Amino acid sequence: MIQAAQAPTVLTGSHFMNGDIACAEGALAAGCTFFAGYPITPSTEVMEHLARRLPETGGRFIQMEDELASMNCILGAAWAGKRSMTATSGPGFSLMQENIGLGMLTETPCVVVNVMRGGPSTGLPTLIGQADVMQAKWGSHGDYEAIAYVPSSPQEMFDLTVKAFNAAEIYRQPVFVLGDEAVGHLTERVVIPEASAIQRLERRRPAFAPGEGRIYEVANGDIAPPMPIAGEGYAIHMTGLTHDTRGYPVTSAEVHDALVRRLRDKIQLNADKIMEWEEYRLDDAGVCVISFGSSARSARHAINIARESGLSAGLMRLITVWPFPGAEIARLSDRVRAFVVAEANLGQIATQVERFTSRPVIGVHHGGGEMLRPDQILAAIREVA
Amino acid sequence: MAPAEQTVASHPLDELLRADRLPHIWCPGCGLGPIMNCYVQAMAASAIPINQHVVVSGIGCTGRVPGYIKIDSFHTTHGRSIPFATGLKLANPELEVTVFSGDGDLFAIGGNHILHATRRNLDLNIICVNNFNYGMTGGQLGPTTPKGARTSTTPQGNPEDALNLVALMGSLGAVYVARWSALHVRQLEQSMARAFQKKGLTFIEVLAPCPTGFGRPNELGEGLDEMHLYQEECIVDDHADLRDCGIDLRSHKPLVLGNFIDIERATYGEWET
Amino acid sequence: MVAPSARRPLDSLRQVLPLGQLYTIPERCKGCKFCIEFCPKDVLEESTEINIKGYHYPIVASGKEEACVSCGFCQLVCPEFAIYSVDTRAAT
Repeated sequence: MIQAAQAPTVLTGSHFMNGDIACAEGALAAGCTFFAGYPITPSTEVMEHLARRLPETGGRFIQMEDELASMNCILGAAWAGKRSMTATSGPGFSLMQENIGLGMLTETPCVVVNVMRGGPSTGLPTLIGQADVMQAKWGSHGDYEAIAYVPSSPQEMFDLTVKAFNAAEIYRQPVFVLGDEAVGHLTERVVIPEASAIQRLERRRPAFAPGEGRIYEVANGDIAPPMPIAGEGYAIHMTGLTHDTRGYPVTSAEVHDALVRRLRDKIQLNADKIMEWEEYRLDDAGVCVISFGSSARSARHAINIARESGLSAGLMRLITVWPFPGAEIARLSDRVRAFVVAEANLGQIATQVERFTSRPVIGVHHGGGEMLRPDQILAAIREVA
Repeated sequence: MAPAEQTVASHPLDELLRADRLPHIWCPGCGLGPIMNCYVQAMAASAIPINQHVVVSGIGCTGRVPGYIKIDSFHTTHGRSIPFATGLKLANPELEVTVFSGDGDLFAIGGNHILHATRRNLDLNIICVNNFNYGMTGGQLGPTTPKGARTSTTPQGNPEDALNLVALMGSLGAVYVARWSALHVRQLEQSMARAFQKKGLTFIEVLAPCPTGFGRPNELGEGLDEMHLYQEECIVDDHADLRDCGIDLRSHKPLVLGNFIDIERATYGEWET
Repeated sequence: MVAPSARRPLDSLRQVLPLGQLYTIPERCKGCKFCIEFCPKDVLEESTEINIKGYHYPIVASGKEEACVSCGFCQLVCPEFAIYSVDTRAAT
């Protein structure tokens, strides 16, 4: 196969590193040994870096003919036991939706990175957007839950990609890393720890021998069914059709409803373990700014300026955007007067915030193409302060 | 003196089948049953351990084949069985991966993927069941429906030319290209055995009756009538010029079957240094 | 029976033709008639009985009880895994 001299998998140390590269190194550090993808700005560097690094770390890489092929290829590799990943941007993410659904219904662990750019359609290939966040939750047909990380820095492109792999294995579904073009193309300090300090969670394997258990049955207390691997004699039947605990297709409203609810509960009932956000100067804030990704960097600066002028504003920076921390927003509504939502789209997360509060929600919105500026966010804070 | 037939409850191949799901959903007279039968026999007789055999399919009647075979079986989305199979094979090269899908799934919606898998010469076996229509959804036009034929979406007759699958796969460089029918079960089983042995992208087209979707609307009768048509009109010519091997069952021209191509070519990842 | 001809295999009198015992699973049959039509020895015919789905399944025709040579064609062409044969004269 592809020959390459071997190199270390985990590049422990302090680096001056580009966000896309950090994401790729995060994948390797998380144990990724399979990547299939298709070039698309601004995610291409993730793929190009892994094209070089995977053969030298014992993994497999392939550039596929399109994004539909890429998504299916990583599902197949996951069923052969690999921790697999693809990376794309908006147009490719749209193409992947049907097979993201396949991954959801068949409970296939894998990571899908979307380095968001200006959309819709071909849009602004080289410039920032944050308008795919709703698509990450609702992009494929049917009811399903999403887990999506939103990094704000190259360091987080590394750290959150590691978390995404672990979440994929534990919750047995595709997990998203929604970077944006600014974060993907920033070069900043990235500290990569020792390999032993990087948490690695594995999918649960069947405790029963082949032929003696049902591969889609959840044992008491487990989050997801144990996952057999092709080639071990389990005679797996995996299908995108609604299936029973043997994996066989069934045409039954009752079985379908139960399956879809179990998949939903798998995430919703564990949401507290998955959701993460960072609070900055929020303890005594009268105005809560909610933001994520590169917009949150501007928001943080706006908070500092506001505080200097005597305005009590604070930041809730989303680290996961799905599951959405609605309950926390409801709690915050007891002590803040208003919310300001800063995002490089026309109000996708703002509508989510509105669902959980009756406080005023002011949006700082932009269709994409440039980072939100601190002064734009500050103006909104002044409006409600 | 041997007694007449004895009634039994199970078949010797039931160990390799998900027998609890039989009888299968395919219509009486459908060609899929014999083709699946050949695959299971060939797999059982192959030197490759059963645990290493994996079957991948897309959507359609042929797509249901994996659901009846008791090996690692993956029923994926429409047109995407080949990339899924690519992932399995690249992740674990020990697996013997067979893609079992229909003419529409592989050559219409899936056309891009079969093109590139063949170009790459990945070590995959492709079995394409050609019944000249989209059967599962009720008999619509497919990429192999002959010009002028009647389908539910071409009620006035098909305005499009059909793909010649064996010529296409030959031109793309597939290392093994064969065409048989649901009647030619012995040759088909041998062909599948050859495909398991060969490294690289192997392709077997199998003609199958679909009385419900294609046969009856085009006055070809029931499944048995179409099998008789194969018997009368098929000729075997391993050296045929593939460009002349187009098919129109209604035309009563000879249907050319055979093991047309069996060559060696460097597979994915192997090159001269 | 060896037909009279100028050429006869040297061991023709020692050769033992297979004698097939047919086994059927009538409930699986869908009445496609592939086995009946394509048996090279015309061993099979449709039963007058029907199975639970209403199909006439194959039975050995009267007088053909010793005609099956266990060629295995019905076994391979049956779409339903509903018929197979075993050569009763094969060395075990």
